[in-house]
Amino acid sequence: MTLRRTTLHATHEAAGARMVDFAGWSMPVHYGSQIDEHHAVRRQAGMFDVSHMTVVDVDGPGARDYLRHLLANDVDKLKAAGRALYSCMLNPEGGVLDDLITYRRADGYRVVVNAATRDKDLAWMRDVAARLSGTLAPVEIRERDDLDMIAVQGPAARDLCLPLLPESLRAPAEALTPFTATEDGDWFVARTGYTGEDGFEVILPATATLSFWQALAAAGVRPIGLGARDTLRLEAGMNLYGTDMDEQISPLESGLGWTVAWTPADRDFIGRQALERQQADGAHRRLVGLVLEGRGVLRGHMSVSAGEAGQGETTSGSFSPTLGVSIALARIPADAGERVTVDIRGKLVPAKVVKPPFVRHGKALIDL
Amino acid sequence: MSNIPAELRYAPSHEWVRKEADGTLTIGISDHAQELLGDLVFVETPEVGAHLDAGGACAVVESVKAASDVYAPVAGEVVAVNEQLADSPELVNGDAYGDGWIFRIKPTDAVAVEALMDADAYAAHLEAEG
Repeated sequence: MTLRRTTLHATHEAAGARMVDFAGWSMPVHYGSQIDEHHAVRRQAGMFDVSHMTVVDVDGPGARDYLRHLLANDVDKLKAAGRALYSCMLNPEGGVLDDLITYRRADGYRVVVNAATRDKDLAWMRDVAARLSGTLAPVEIRERDDLDMIAVQGPAARDLCLPLLPESLRAPAEALTPFTATEDGDWFVARTGYTGEDGFEVILPATATLSFWQALAAAGVRPIGLGARDTLRLEAGMNLYGTDMDEQISPLESGLGWTVAWTPADRDFIGRQALERQQADGAHRRLVGLVLEGRGVLRGHMSVSAGEAGQGETTSGSFSPTLGVSIALARIPADAGERVTVDIRGKLVPAKVVKPPFVRHGKALIDL
Repeated sequence: MSNIPAELRYAPSHEWVRKEADGTLTIGISDHAQELLGDLVFVETPEVGAHLDAGGACAVVESVKAASDVYAPVAGEVVAVNEQLADSPELVNGDAYGDGWIFRIKPTDAVAVEALMDADAYAAHLEAEG
């Protein structure tokens, strides 16, 4: 199978990137040193080509009611255009089909979904729309393959990025509060991200991508690969779909109970009944943070023992460049204590249970 | 192109071996291997005194991304390990053939090392692996 390429593919190769297959896309994993890239984002500013992610516009008079049925969080929380909402999209069993961000726009909504789940998500979204077509006003679901996406993240990211935006967007982008967005034409700027640092995610026409990327580089913003993106999001305690959660796991067992809007009680969203049953049963597992106390490196899907409370597993793990220790997300029994052991290739190594995030805005949030 | 010093011997699993004057062998991973792994964050060395079988997994190098076994290129007894790697695993990235050495053995068979690849053969091996 031929790998898909983003607009910046040749630019990444010219910059010395090691390219890997990520969900069918040829993407940069690092440009030399993953750890240096990680630190650059925590200390200054880095940019990520995330054009493999899928931008989907949901428009039409039925869009609001459609999304209130489709998503576990409630788009009615988006009181004004420009607000953003993180949500899970569930199957009827309450399992997570994907996690996504929905932005409210002047007339409609924009949803950004994961690259790895693109086809599944679009098929599901169209299927749900078709099923509701008799009862709902029309909904238009449109994939925006004409748009690219660049995330600029780090303490200096906004200052370096603002002067490079189209003139008309500079003042509105500067005024953005966290988790809001502004747009003009095909340029869309959101103060969101996946690193635990301040910054923007910029959705822009593919024709403008190369010059914007080059201008950011000239301003001192470093290109960052998917490797550092993963350690940054792990430190920030953000889930990665496909490893920390999937279709078999509910948001309640993924540290995402806060994203489920239970009120109003009469909002009938897909998966609601299953989640209510799980909530009533009470005994579900929880997703926690682990800090390794012995030697080694935690990885995803290692077995975790919580003594009499039972067994669990790490869902993703790595070395934390900011903390200098190994950390993980793990799904363990709800009544597990503060001490667990992890089976690292046959050796039982002690780890401490903590509440993610581990790092936010460059600072450790946990005691080592 | 990765660095392949001419005076060393190499195993197909990307370990290098240096013959020391006292008959011991110093072992590490090649420049090519460290580059593939990326930034190392943890190295588990063998125990001094342990007996290693040729081809047996005896150490682990872990990068931010993945863990990888290191194999004993020839049989022998571990006589030293690089203690500095406990605090500075990045030495393997910075100086794979020098400060980034991993362990030293007294070989069971002094001539076994001659069966390993020389630099030209290892270069060809890398070429073939593509």
